[in-house]
Amino acid sequence: MKVSEETVQGITAEKASWMYQKMCEIRKFEDKVHDLFGQGVLPGFVHLYAGEEAVAVGVCAHLDDNDSITSTHRGHGHCIAKGCELDGMMAELFGKATGLCNGKGGSMHIADVEKGMLGANGIVGGGFPLAAGAALTSKLKKTGAVAVCFFGDGAGNHGTFHEGINLAAIWNLPVVFVAENNGYAEATPFEYASSCTNIADRAKGYNIPGEIVDGKDATAVYAAAQKAVERARNGEGPSLIECKTYRNYGHFEGDAQKYKPDVEKKSHLEELDALRKFREYIASEGLLTDAELDDIEERVDHAVEVAVKFAEESPMPAEEDLTKDVYVSYETHDRGDV
Amino acid sequence: MARIITFSEAIKEAMQLAMRKDENVILMGEDVAGGAEVDHLQDDEAWGGVMGVTGGLVQEFGRDRVLDTPIAEAGYIGAAVTNAATGMRPVAELMFNDFIGSCLDEVMNQGAKLRYMFGGKAKVPLTIRTMHGAGFRAAAQHSQSLYGMFTAIPGIKVVVPSTPYDAKGLLLAAIEDDDPVVFFEDKTLYNVKGEVPEGYYTIPLGKGEIKLPGNELTIVGIGKQVQTALDAAEQLTAKGIDAEVIDPRSLSPLDESIILDSVMKTGRLVIVDEANPRCNVATDIAALVADKGFDYLDAPIKRVTAPHCPVPFSPALEDIYLPSAEKILKVVSEMIEDDTTVTM
Repeated sequence: MKVSEETVQGITAEKASWMYQKMCEIRKFEDKVHDLFGQGVLPGFVHLYAGEEAVAVGVCAHLDDNDSITSTHRGHGHCIAKGCELDGMMAELFGKATGLCNGKGGSMHIADVEKGMLGANGIVGGGFPLAAGAALTSKLKKTGAVAVCFFGDGAGNHGTFHEGINLAAIWNLPVVFVAENNGYAEATPFEYASSCTNIADRAKGYNIPGEIVDGKDATAVYAAAQKAVERARNGEGPSLIECKTYRNYGHFEGDAQKYKPDVEKKSHLEELDALRKFREYIASEGLLTDAELDDIEERVDHAVEVAVKFAEESPMPAEEDLTKDVYVSYETHDRGDV
Repeated sequence: MARIITFSEAIKEAMQLAMRKDENVILMGEDVAGGAEVDHLQDDEAWGGVMGVTGGLVQEFGRDRVLDTPIAEAGYIGAAVTNAATGMRPVAELMFNDFIGSCLDEVMNQGAKLRYMFGGKAKVPLTIRTMHGAGFRAAAQHSQSLYGMFTAIPGIKVVVPSTPYDAKGLLLAAIEDDDPVVFFEDKTLYNVKGEVPEGYYTIPLGKGEIKLPGNELTIVGIGKQVQTALDAAEQLTAKGIDAEVIDPRSLSPLDESIILDSVMKTGRLVIVDEANPRCNVATDIAALVADKGFDYLDAPIKRVTAPHCPVPFSPALEDIYLPSAEKILKVVSEMIEDDTTVTM
């Protein structure tokens, strides 16, 4: 690795290495999940994050375990960027007892509270008030922690968008609202379902900064998030960043994606690809060598294989786990079967 | 031989017939057409709902009558309430019944109460179609069975079909009905096949059906659990116990007579409801029979339900979360073990 020289965005070689690794972890994890789902190995629904890596990683590069994030039904990428272990994630997707949520949550509810990952969410728009609540804790306890709310373009039209952002604004909460505008809410194009041209335009109505960035460009996301996170940490209140991005797979696995024009799909999978773009940036800035980048990829390939093996070999939850953890405490004075 | 189609096809056919019969009937919901304003999808290959149930309707009826909505349940469900109150007859699809969390106010405080609050001067002929049910590995926020919650709200009617035939006739009745109806579709039933006539027919709301006649035990099932009850009944027959299986089909209004008449005949009642056990429909039916049919009973009423916990993701846990024929057999054996008139 070269000396960690500062670039314009402040992305050091060390930071670039971390970011590229996380982006690769997301891509390779999701590609593997795609394969496993196709083979019928994984139960339930999965919504894959591949293609949007630059957003989660560019934002989480500014966060530590004390900061919180809220996520979406497309949550694997946020988990990885926030530092969740691949083994526990994969085991969760398999419904195993060793999963991050002991197999109770699955893909749509994957969470790791110790890492500040407050959960993927099965409810579109669920994250806005949840992020505001975590930020309120930070403000009242003066922890300096920031909350980030990742949300999709579909959630931008949900009522909770208004209530959550307005609340964060009037209470001057340390929140960064990060729109992942991938162009489609399920199969419905953004242009049809949204009255605004850009989600960030709506920031005006709340008197908070709204910025639009190329969500396929990790450096652009990194720079915008840096400003917004600093602003939040300094007690200057919430911001909204809209990342224009694209999902490489369908809304869920099994979606034939006929609503996506072929040309659009092809360009996003190839020349506009976020990993390709970031790798080119790293090379052009001389931050890491090709050998170093290749080494990262190989290590990630291995880590994903290890995660799958761990998940496959892990036990299923036991029958008594079914009714465990509904409450912290709950005295029923149960008479059992009469 | 009668025509065999799936539960999903029966629902689509009901939608088609209702929309052909009455131009005031429209369908709205998230991707119910699919791919709105994607040029190459205007005519075919649009989603037709997340499970494809309404696929093809947009081709026949156009985008003015098959409306894709933003993911904004409070917005479009609320709009459907007054769309109904002002002269249309909308069918609004709430993709998963769990999403009622995002729009309960519109249903509970607006749609359900308009008529009463306005002194009978409004009607809300709205049908909300919604998916429910566990067993799909869809975890805690996409698997609940919340029909009990709606049954508790005056002003709303609640329908839970168990077969393709019933689904078609009950959906047509729900759409014809002048009150708001929540119509529950178990997502694990969509591929179940059954005999369904081609034409227009309705099944009256509030009228249950005996799915299997019997004399020694009554099993009431709700939705998919009617089949679980039938499976249990078959195993009980092999043990020499003659069970009757009742499907109430609509929970509000509830066909009290069909249940009480059956218990009068059999003296024993098991209710199978996959909702959580507290304040659910099984509890409501148990209270009904304890109240109005106590003298008929030869054994305590038994309920077979999910436990008091959210729906788990892990297949290992979800499988034991759901009612099963084995669980029904277990309670039946408890009910009759002290009864010398029956041997098992």
